[in-house]
Amino acid sequence: MRIRRRSRSHPVPLTTFSPPLPLSPLDLLILLPIFAAVAIACGLPARPAALVAAVANVGLVIGLLLMFQAHQTTPQFAASRIVLQSPHIAYAVGLDGMSLVLVILTAIVTLCAVGIAPPAGVSEKVWYSSTLLIAAGALGAFLATDLFFLYAFHEMALIPTFLMIGMYGHGGRENRLHAAWKITIYLGVGSLVLLAGLAWLVLSASPAGGITFDIATLTAGAQQLDDKLQASIFLILLIGFGILVSLFPFHSWAAPAYAAAPTPTAMMHAGVLKKFGLYGLLRIALPMLPSGAASLWIQNLLLWLLLGNILIIGLVTIAQKGLDHVLGHSSVMHMGYIFLGLACGNSIGYNGALLLMFAHGISIALLFALAGHLRAETGTLEMSRYGGLAKRAPLFGLLFGLAAMASLGLPGFANFSAEIMVFLGGFKGSAGHIGPVQLTTILALWGVVISAVYMLRAYKTVFMGPQGELPLTDPPSLTLGQKLPLFLLTTTLLVIGFCPQLLLHYAQPVLDLLPRH
Amino acid sequence: MPAYVLEIVTLSLGLLLLLAEAFIGPQRKRLIGYAAIIGLSITFILLLFTCSCTGSSAFWKFYSPDSVALFYKGLALLCTIVVLILSLDYAPVLEKFSARAGGGPAIGEFFALPVFICTGMRWMASAIDLTSIFVSLELITIAFYVMVGYQRKNKLSLEAAVKYLILGAISTGFLVYGLAWLFGVTGQTNLSAIGTALYATENKSAALFALALLLVGLAFKVAAVPFQFWVPDVYQGAATPVTAFLSVGSKSAGFIIAYRILQPFLASPVLQSTTLSLLVALAGATLLVGNLAAISQTNFKRLLAYSSISHAGFLLLAFASVPRHATTLGPIQVVSFYLAAYLIMTLLAFAVVCVINRVSGSDDLSAFDGLAKRSPLLAFALLISAISLAGVPLTVGFFGKLFVFLLAIDAGHTWPVAIAILGAAAGFYYYLKVIRAMYWNTATDATPITISPLLKFTILVLVIATLVLGVYPQPILSLLQ
Repeated sequence: MRIRRRSRSHPVPLTTFSPPLPLSPLDLLILLPIFAAVAIACGLPARPAALVAAVANVGLVIGLLLMFQAHQTTPQFAASRIVLQSPHIAYAVGLDGMSLVLVILTAIVTLCAVGIAPPAGVSEKVWYSSTLLIAAGALGAFLATDLFFLYAFHEMALIPTFLMIGMYGHGGRENRLHAAWKITIYLGVGSLVLLAGLAWLVLSASPAGGITFDIATLTAGAQQLDDKLQASIFLILLIGFGILVSLFPFHSWAAPAYAAAPTPTAMMHAGVLKKFGLYGLLRIALPMLPSGAASLWIQNLLLWLLLGNILIIGLVTIAQKGLDHVLGHSSVMHMGYIFLGLACGNSIGYNGALLLMFAHGISIALLFALAGHLRAETGTLEMSRYGGLAKRAPLFGLLFGLAAMASLGLPGFANFSAEIMVFLGGFKGSAGHIGPVQLTTILALWGVVISAVYMLRAYKTVFMGPQGELPLTDPPSLTLGQKLPLFLLTTTLLVIGFCPQLLLHYAQPVLDLLPRH
Repeated sequence: MPAYVLEIVTLSLGLLLLLAEAFIGPQRKRLIGYAAIIGLSITFILLLFTCSCTGSSAFWKFYSPDSVALFYKGLALLCTIVVLILSLDYAPVLEKFSARAGGGPAIGEFFALPVFICTGMRWMASAIDLTSIFVSLELITIAFYVMVGYQRKNKLSLEAAVKYLILGAISTGFLVYGLAWLFGVTGQTNLSAIGTALYATENKSAALFALALLLVGLAFKVAAVPFQFWVPDVYQGAATPVTAFLSVGSKSAGFIIAYRILQPFLASPVLQSTTLSLLVALAGATLLVGNLAAISQTNFKRLLAYSSISHAGFLLLAFASVPRHATTLGPIQVVSFYLAAYLIMTLLAFAVVCVINRVSGSDDLSAFDGLAKRSPLLAFALLISAISLAGVPLTVGFFGKLFVFLLAIDAGHTWPVAIAILGAAAGFYYYLKVIRAMYWNTATDATPITISPLLKFTILVLVIATLVLGVYPQPILSLLQ
């Protein structure tokens, strides 16, 4: 098989990275988990191999961070191999500020998810290799600079997700199969809608020389399309990506799936993979179809839908009785704020949205990890059966408290910085005038109150008050190996909360280039 | 070396095997299968060294060794080799259902017949004259009549054989009648001469009548709606390796003759638009019926039968498309690529079905329950095959569908593409049903499944081919340039 390298046709990066190996570090980042998964399937000891791959990936990401040129807006460490001449498809990867933030998120959450050992009776091979494949798919999707591979890597990550929920899900056989089949069909159809939108985009935006999937070339071509066509394609992409991110009213797959999913799968999907839809809007839909995004009716539609996420799902969350369902619904609800950041149409809103993607990813992974430990100890997450847990397991109570505070957006945590940026973005440039965006922002602010209600109520029921009816003899005890991932996630939330610029200074130059309206 | 030498070699191989069958003891009939596999593998290697050269004698008016023909010869050989490997694994079932009245099993011919079918398919790939097309077609069909009914103690198999024989004979009748009309209109049997005669024909209605008859015959061969009724029953009743052979071999043979016979019609400015609209109508109906009927199937072989119908719809859609841009892949490239992809993923599926059928005696979806625990390799192979058939990216099936969509959109077929997308969505549902059974359900019988090293090797090769060509499809396309 002959592999040819192609010089990129769009603006040449300032620093061209020439790898000593024929592989770029980004290839390595994607291939390491895949190879580890294959090796595990072939009989290598599962847990050590998975941990080594995850740690190596974190190391690689740190290395990339050190070499990354923050002021540069073109993809760095780019590598491209043509797999098909006509239509032009290349396995092409590149790292810019926006993808960097999500790659960091993926590396951290993967490391923590891999740390969770399978319960008894579960095949270690399947357990660890699925998590690694989800990570590889997410990394591939965030790094691809070719539309085909961007889409394909996400699909690759979905399949192990479905398998894991169906095979090792919680809540009884019927419930597990129902949740798994629902997410499979829902996301399968969502992906097809997305594929139709992307195909339309590729066909209309490709240059006269032939069909291409190169994102940079397509961006240049798509911006020339007339307003009406842009709006139509944007709508399909919004629905397609929206289904993947549980945009109201396409959200009903999410909460049952997360409640049923094995802990690492819930962490990887809710924390990382779900961000693909938002990333797609930031990477594909907004820059390629600026006048589609700016068209008034799409704006208004998006605002209505995201209010559905924040207010309706917020109220639904309050009514939940199981901790897993509270977390699943809250994850759906918080997507509304990210959509609001995208809908602001200004730089601070985009920055807030990206930061919230990161913050939500870390905090929901932390919450699912903690809930997973609880379920492993007691076998249930029904909140009314708990009570007074903080007294018997102070560290656990502290960590859960911190995670809950982060999730509802208390100052000091990354979620706060992100949400405040989104809200500021909603009012930026309004000059005292209350338009649809401002009105939505005002209503969305009530969402913070709603989150406070359900999160504090959940915390109070589970951790405070008299001891619950649950026959808990031993307090949930964590080994050092179980504690480390939780500490890592909590620290990340605090560090980024106090200094969001640490992350944002990478992404800001790229986000500033996005069209505003 | 001219390509026809290899056809002669294989035909002799088939005759030799039949002759040897008479002298081999009843317990050692499988030797014939191994001999056939080795013979065909050598032929496949020799095929790589054949040239597309032609001569000036009259023979070359019947036979064209062009690159498309060589490609289909390769497909026919690969398909036959895999089918023989499956048959060897399936031999215990065949022995059970084909025992002679006097006692011993009679499975020798079962390994020799595919060699004749393979010869016929390869001859057909090169046939460019109405007579050679018909002779090679009969060689294939008659051998298939025998193979479908081979399990003479199995009622389902006999029912399938009768259906296939009667409907097959009728469709051949339509085809011959159409060929006769075509000869009547043009006065020629050579396809390029027919092309010249049809280019500005004055007998438009007679030519269209011939076309209609031909399409009936061809639609039967490729399993297109409304001539698909035989497919589910025959697929279910025939021995699983034969079903695989029918599904892949018979279909690619049908498409190569459709390509040869329809070319004069598509090249003629007088007839082109009618031919195209007939093909689009066939494609649309096939996509709709194939995909919708597959949704409710609970027998995996029947499900694969409807899937085979729906894939015929995708292939016909590609056939019916005339690209407007020079950079788009042409119909024959797309169809050939799709068939190659279809060969890999369908044979992979049938390999697993074969094993399950041998072990459990059933083809129901419930027979696949908990396969992931019983045999992780088989479950993974069927997983890859199913997602490839469904058209998930990074598998070869995705590129097949992608090329069809791009071609059809370029040709301006908006509505058929919309139906095809709906069909793909339905496909996502019904192919995943088997994944659900394998990975999510628990097995009633938890004994691990063992398979022969040869079959294991074949399955691994097919899995790797599905994944590698799903990332890097250029090698197949380069063969078709």
